[in-house]
Amino acid sequence: MSRPSDHIDSPVPAPRDGVIQPKLGPIGYVRYFWRQLTSMRTALFLLLLLAVAAVPGSVFPQRSSDPNGVTQYFSNNPSAAPTLDKLQLFDVYTSAWFSAIYLLLFISLIGCVIPRTIHHAKALASPPPKTPARLERLGAFSAFEIEADASGPALTAASAVDSGRAVLRKAGYRVRMFDGRGPDGPELSVSAERGYLRETGNLVFHFSLIGILLAVGIGGGVGYTGQKVLVVGQAFANVRLTFDAFTKGRFFSDSDLQPYRIRLDKFAVKYEESNRNALGQPIDYTADVTTFDAAGKATPAVVKVNDPLRLGGNDIYLLGNGYAPWVTVKNPAGKIVYSEPVPFLAQDANLTSLGIIKVPDGLASQVGMRAFFYPTAGPPDANGVLGSVYPDLRNPVLSLVVFTGDLGIDKGVPKSVYVLNTDKMTPLAGPGAADGTTALRLKPGESAQIPRGLGSITFENKAPDSEKADLSQSVQRFVSFDVHRDPTQGWVLFFAICVLAGLLTSLFIPRRRLWIKVVELTDGRMRIEYAGLARGEDPTLEAAVSAVAQRHSQQLGLKLNL
Amino acid sequence: MTSAALASYSLTAIYSAMGVYLFAFIAFTLDLAKRSAETPVAAISAPARVGLMSRVGGTAVLNRVPIAPSAPARRSNRFERAAFALTILGWALHVVGTVLRGIAAHRVPWANMFEFSLTASAIIVGVFIAVQAWQNLLFLGAYITGFSLIVLGFGTVGFYVNVVPLPPALQSYWLVIHVFVATLGTAFFAIGAGLSLVQLIQARREAKQFSGLKFLDTMPDAEKLETLAYRVIVVGFVFWTFTLMAGAIWAAHAWGRYWGWDTKEVWTFIIWTIFAGYIHARATRGWRGSRSAYLAIVGFAAVMFNFTIVNLFFKGLHAYSGL
Repeated sequence: MSRPSDHIDSPVPAPRDGVIQPKLGPIGYVRYFWRQLTSMRTALFLLLLLAVAAVPGSVFPQRSSDPNGVTQYFSNNPSAAPTLDKLQLFDVYTSAWFSAIYLLLFISLIGCVIPRTIHHAKALASPPPKTPARLERLGAFSAFEIEADASGPALTAASAVDSGRAVLRKAGYRVRMFDGRGPDGPELSVSAERGYLRETGNLVFHFSLIGILLAVGIGGGVGYTGQKVLVVGQAFANVRLTFDAFTKGRFFSDSDLQPYRIRLDKFAVKYEESNRNALGQPIDYTADVTTFDAAGKATPAVVKVNDPLRLGGNDIYLLGNGYAPWVTVKNPAGKIVYSEPVPFLAQDANLTSLGIIKVPDGLASQVGMRAFFYPTAGPPDANGVLGSVYPDLRNPVLSLVVFTGDLGIDKGVPKSVYVLNTDKMTPLAGPGAADGTTALRLKPGESAQIPRGLGSITFENKAPDSEKADLSQSVQRFVSFDVHRDPTQGWVLFFAICVLAGLLTSLFIPRRRLWIKVVELTDGRMRIEYAGLARGEDPTLEAAVSAVAQRHSQQLGLKLNL
Repeated sequence: MTSAALASYSLTAIYSAMGVYLFAFIAFTLDLAKRSAETPVAAISAPARVGLMSRVGGTAVLNRVPIAPSAPARRSNRFERAAFALTILGWALHVVGTVLRGIAAHRVPWANMFEFSLTASAIIVGVFIAVQAWQNLLFLGAYITGFSLIVLGFGTVGFYVNVVPLPPALQSYWLVIHVFVATLGTAFFAIGAGLSLVQLIQARREAKQFSGLKFLDTMPDAEKLETLAYRVIVVGFVFWTFTLMAGAIWAAHAWGRYWGWDTKEVWTFIIWTIFAGYIHARATRGWRGSRSAYLAIVGFAAVMFNFTIVNLFFKGLHAYSGL
């Protein structure tokens, strides 16, 4: 059987009234289930089920694409979230049920395409079938009679069918000659078939889908992804521990990491300045980097948003950026206890940014600060709250809410650098401060005293030499790079192209059989019959039969006016 | 000319196109009403199977083996012709408006939902006009012009945004390819869904479930409609497959992975799966006819859902509606 028995081209099963089904043994049941699984109906059902099963993944936040959304969902729906999590609705595409559907679908697919491949290989090796006795029963049929007294060069049945064979061969048909006797007289015929590529394309399409699935699966196993935040001037080496976050496949080993180093030299952002409808919209991000190979050879390179850097089998992407104000904290004696750039996370389009500063050692007690950075602080609103009105550095202001107490990081439990847990801390400046001290507000280059005489804090100006009013370079930016390695990416692309090529040939190349039959009638006349049979969708069959008739008659020196 | 002036001319052209489409829609509706009064003939005649043979320069007598004559083609009425002329006029204005928008923005006019509405509906109408050279599908005119009016109405009223520069993530030649092919696919799916809809009504009528809607007599029968729908939808399916691939390649350039189950990716995949199901349904015994027609309509509904609800209300990386 070339195709599942419920394929539209397969013969209709005979009615089963009164037939007693034989009892099935264990092997019989296995055969029965296999046949069910590989039937068209089951494949279709699984395909549509897959579409439905994919929907929840767009409704619920997914851990793979939106982990913060999942955290948020848990805090917004504390009662429903654990149940949904048990149903794997936050990991739909790796869930047991989604995997079950696509694995069954692919097994069904394999069970369908392998017998078809064998059948198709046989069809490719076999010549066209015998000409049917009654061509007029076929869908596309036309016939012409030629009188015996036709003048001009002699037209015999043999020469007519020979030229028909030539016409069909030229049109790309495989041909086979037959002769026999019909009810009206001796018949010579040519049987022709074309469009084997249709089935080939169809099989390529389905095998390539299997190829994509395998390539994606293997790629997930051997690849890795790392994220690294770099402030301008900083560098990182391609070693697992230097990444801020690192996800690896099951078969990944540290030796897969190519030795190289990248330094971020400059990061330029261009903002729209003339279009009044889009003032401040970023229109370009460019990161200038220097890469160093294992031998230490330096090469300058550029990373842009749609233009990743390829290095040592990795793709390095520019995915995020923001401001990294440099904060220095000194103890009362003037000794520096903390001095580093702090990456702040942007909260809105004008880059109002939130950052956390933790000073665990060196002061009389631990100090934590929740800081807002406004690249261009606008006038405060009625409640005295600031906001940024432009994303570039026009009027940078750092506002710090200061806490003291236990930062909760001494126990060795890893804590996010973007979260400050103030459960065991007392506010010193900002909302809740006992003496009403307001949040500290600093411009680049300014310092302030931390209340209770704990020390001082400075918002460093990184371009102190520029003119007093120009603060455009006073605060550094950071860039977040994604480093990816997916060794099977090229294979996925290759199979995807095969999918498309297979689809095109399987949908648009017609598979059809054509016959030209020349019948020598008893009174010396001749009848030429043309007929075609579609195999699969073939809306142009009749046109093709007409075209062959036309060309054939031209060959014979006849003019056919259609 | 300034960008703002060009954008306002563009909008004027679009409003004019909407006005013309409205008249085209009315004329197409009148055409349907008029069709009810026609004497039924097969709307699309079978192509001539045989012809006369004559010996070049000879005196041969060549007989044609008789075959049943094909039915005469239906004559178009004046509403139909007027409606089609209006559609072409409206489309010309529509294209001018869309092109002006692109010139105003110095880029392809499909970078946000407003522009996408303009381009998508222009391509839908364009494909509808072009398809007439292949098959007379003017009976879908009311559906196509009505649909385009609704899309343009939502586009201009609900989705309008001023011309703004492209964010860095969209600055890629893949914007030209990926989005344009997606639009082409949408256009073919729209026409396919219209044909499937008529097919469903026609099939019920042929099953003698009701006898009204006499204008259906002037349209092809359910089987012919199904074949037409299939041929249009497979073209859409090829475009959609390409969209999916081009999107994955772009995602690998811009986001560092070719597939990440972003909401838009999920829905593109769902639509692909539904139409793959449609094609398989056509090859499954018991699923031809109305069942596969339902799938075609569900598939197009998913395309619309993807364009509207997913764009506006679902969280994801394809946040380019500009709203």
